[in-house]
This record gives sequence, structure tokens and C-alpha cells, in this order.
Amino acid sequence: MPATGRYRLLGHPTDLAGHVATLGPVPLPSRGDRVWREAFVSMLEASGLAGRGGAGFPAAIKLAVAHAAGRGGTILVNAMEGEPASDKDKLLLLRSPHLVLDGAQLLAAASDAHRVTVCVPEGREHVAAAVTKAMAERTAAGCAPVPETLVRPPDRFVAGEESALVRWVDAGASLPSFRPDKGTALRIGRRGALVHNAETLAHVAMIARTGPDAFRGHGLVEDPGTSLVTISGAVEHPGVVEADRGTPLLELANRATPTGPPQALLVGGYGGAWVDPAHFTTPYASLSLRAIGATAGVGIVIVLGQDACGLMESARIAHYMAGQSVGQCGPCVYGLPAIADDLTRLARGQADHGLMARLERRLTEVDGRGACRHPDGAVNLVRSALGAFAADAGRHLHGAPCPHWNRPSQLRFPHPARAA
Amino acid sequence: MLRILVDPVACDAYGYCAELLPEAITLDEWGYPIVDGKPLPAELVDAAKRAARDCPRRAITLRQRKGGH
Repeated sequence: MPATGRYRLLGHPTDLAGHVATLGPVPLPSRGDRVWREAFVSMLEASGLAGRGGAGFPAAIKLAVAHAAGRGGTILVNAMEGEPASDKDKLLLLRSPHLVLDGAQLLAAASDAHRVTVCVPEGREHVAAAVTKAMAERTAAGCAPVPETLVRPPDRFVAGEESALVRWVDAGASLPSFRPDKGTALRIGRRGALVHNAETLAHVAMIARTGPDAFRGHGLVEDPGTSLVTISGAVEHPGVVEADRGTPLLELANRATPTGPPQALLVGGYGGAWVDPAHFTTPYASLSLRAIGATAGVGIVIVLGQDACGLMESARIAHYMAGQSVGQCGPCVYGLPAIADDLTRLARGQADHGLMARLERRLTEVDGRGACRHPDGAVNLVRSALGAFAADAGRHLHGAPCPHWNRPSQLRFPHPARAA
Repeated sequence: MLRILVDPVACDAYGYCAELLPEAITLDEWGYPIVDGKPLPAELVDAAKRAARDCPRRAITLRQRKGGH
């Protein structure tokens, strides 16, 4: 497969005719082609593509698991994007819906799945309309070998967690399942289900056209390709950028023009981690981020300006995450609000004598004790705040509230908290 | 080697498990069990089986850990 120049996900035509004219038809197998699947899987393996939905799971391995689950399954396109500060999957479906759907058709062909189901949450009508229009174009043009449908799960933070998504499609309950063996295949009825983030599928569709080398022409050897990153906070031009993996964090933030030197960067979203200026040159790549306790998450960088209280912002996030618990597991239901309260007291200079020890104990005890990783993300965020804003925490502990604690938040909180 | 597994969705903080098996299970401040995660010593296996059987929510299972260490 020839390389078609510089690899990019964004900037291609939105309509089907323009999409095919620019990128060429999607290289699906012809009927009875037995060698196609093997070639396709080796190509995905060679590309080194990892999932862009947060977990960073290698795409080829996930495909192999689904194939083992047998014929007749479903490819679930995860565009739930529950992270409030993420816009990349909305943007992809608005601008390049055919790229995402092509990727889903390719995976359907490779895993013998019989349907493609796109998940866009309730309320995002403009995204749903773009997907519906694209699906109609494809049906009319005969570009959808397996049927494509759109479904509308509830719009909340945890709804996109893959077991919650599969369970909603299967049984109408948007709740994560307790899965001690995470490697086992997810099922809808008795058939396998393969959940992929919308951006991951767009990469699959591009790589199938350009070959793995064009993808590997960007990013790092161990973490190749480009990534969509939503940049927000104290910046003049918030929005989604496409960046090479490995781009230093500050360089990434600078693409949105920060209003001043950042006080800190929140990387990976509300289950991610604060990064202080000493680590601003860290490459945006899984291993480098992990080494500083962060994660790329779903592709989020939030710039915190100098005139904000990082601890108070973190307390707001912790309260938000507590409100987004689906209420299944005790440590999440009781632990997250307690942690959020501790952090709020700290930021306001109202810490009691035992606060830090109590908070540390609660963080340790809540971590890893939910059915899903929602509480773990909140714990990680708070821990990183105590590190990145350690000097502030020290002052607040001695009764001095942050001068910025009651300023309006620089963060985004769209979902209303769940009623208790 | 056996390991204790708590299903956090099923668990409703009855707390019997921590009474029956205090050597391996403690409760957090809200009454939910914290398992120490270590392989279960042979002398505690009977008590662990009882904790699993007596859990009103059937939230505890004992798992064989492959290649146990």
C-alpha cells in the first residue's frame, strides 16, 4: 500500500463523495478473500497503533480477542466522550464521520462482526445528525457492507466505560460490570462485542489506506502516530489539535496560546494528573507520562493560569467525580465525596489537625476498590494535586486560604451532578 | 494458592466477613471490606470459605491463583 503523503486525521472532506475522492475507497476485502484478514491484522500490528480511548490497549490485540469471540458480533463505536474537557470525538464525527465508519467496517470485516453500532450520548443532537447523514450517504452509495446504526446512551461520565456501554446496548442499564478478568471478551447476548474509541477507528481507516509507515512517520518508535488533543483552560484559542505523539507538553499547550505562563497543566482529563512546570518538557507519550504519574487519557490538556487555586480546582473536580459515580460501589459512593470535602477544607484554609493523614488514608483505601476505574481516576487526580500544589497545601494547612479559592473555575463542568 | 475476591457491586457492607476473617479482611470507615490481597495461608482457608458462604450478598469468592506466589 503506497503512502499518501503526510498522515493526518483532520482536514479531510466531510461528505462521502469528497472523502472517497480525496482518500480513495476503503480497502475492504472482496468476497471470499481469505488472506485479507491476516494481512490487515499484521498491518495494524506493524503500525503500533494503541487505543486512543484512555486505556491505550494495542488495537491488534483487542481485535484478536474479539475474533476469538466468534462470528456475528458487534463493533461498538465509542463516541461517548464523557470527559467534560474533551471535544475530539465530537469533532471527528462532525468533520470526518466517514473515516470513523470506515474504520468500524474494517474491524467488522476482520472480526466477522455483523453490525456497526455508533454510540453518541443523548443531548448531542448536532453530532447525532452528522452521523445519521453520513450513514444515509453510505447506505445509498453501497459503502456499508454490514449495517450501521446509531444509538443514544445517557450522557454521563461513566457511560462510555466499555462494560457499561456494552451492558447498556445489551440490557439497557448504563452500569459498569465487575470484571476481575479484564481480558475476557465482552458480549451482547451471546455474541462478541468490540468497543473502540472513535479516534482509534479513524486511525484504523487511515492506516489501512496509507500503510503503517506513514503512521509511524509521526511520533515515537514506542508510541507512534498522531493524536487528537483537546486544549482548554487559560488559553486564547481552546480547541482540538492533532499532534505527534511525543510532543513536549508545553509545546502542545502553546498551540492554544496560553494567556500567560501556565501554573500547571492538567493532562488526561478529570481522571488524569496535574503536571507542574518542572515537568513541562515531558513528551506527550504513554511511557513518559506514566513515569511522572500521569496518563494521556482520552487526549486532554488543560492550562491552569497563575490566578487560579489548583487545590480548589481539584476539589471542584473531586466533587464533580463524586457526583458522577453511578452509585454501585461503596468506596466510590462514600469515599469520593469525603475526599472532595477534605480537599475543599484544605484549599479554604479550614484544615483540622488530622486532615492530611485522613486524606492520605482515604486516597489509599479508595484506590482500586470499585468495579470500574472511576474512583481510581479521581484518586490519581487528587494525589497529583497534592504533589503539584504541595507548597500551596503547606500554607493552607497553617490556616492561610488560597487568595484565589473563590474565583470562578477555569475548568468545564457540563454534566449536572447526579441526584443522591 | 487461594485469593479472596470482593465484588464491590454486590457488597452492601454487612461486615460479617471481617468478623469471620479478621486476619485477612478489615473494614474501611464506611464498613466496606478491604482485603489485604496476599495469598491466603492454608490455616485460614476454612474461615475464608465460611466468610464467602455467610456473606448475605454473596459478594465474596475464593479464587485459585495460577502459579500462586
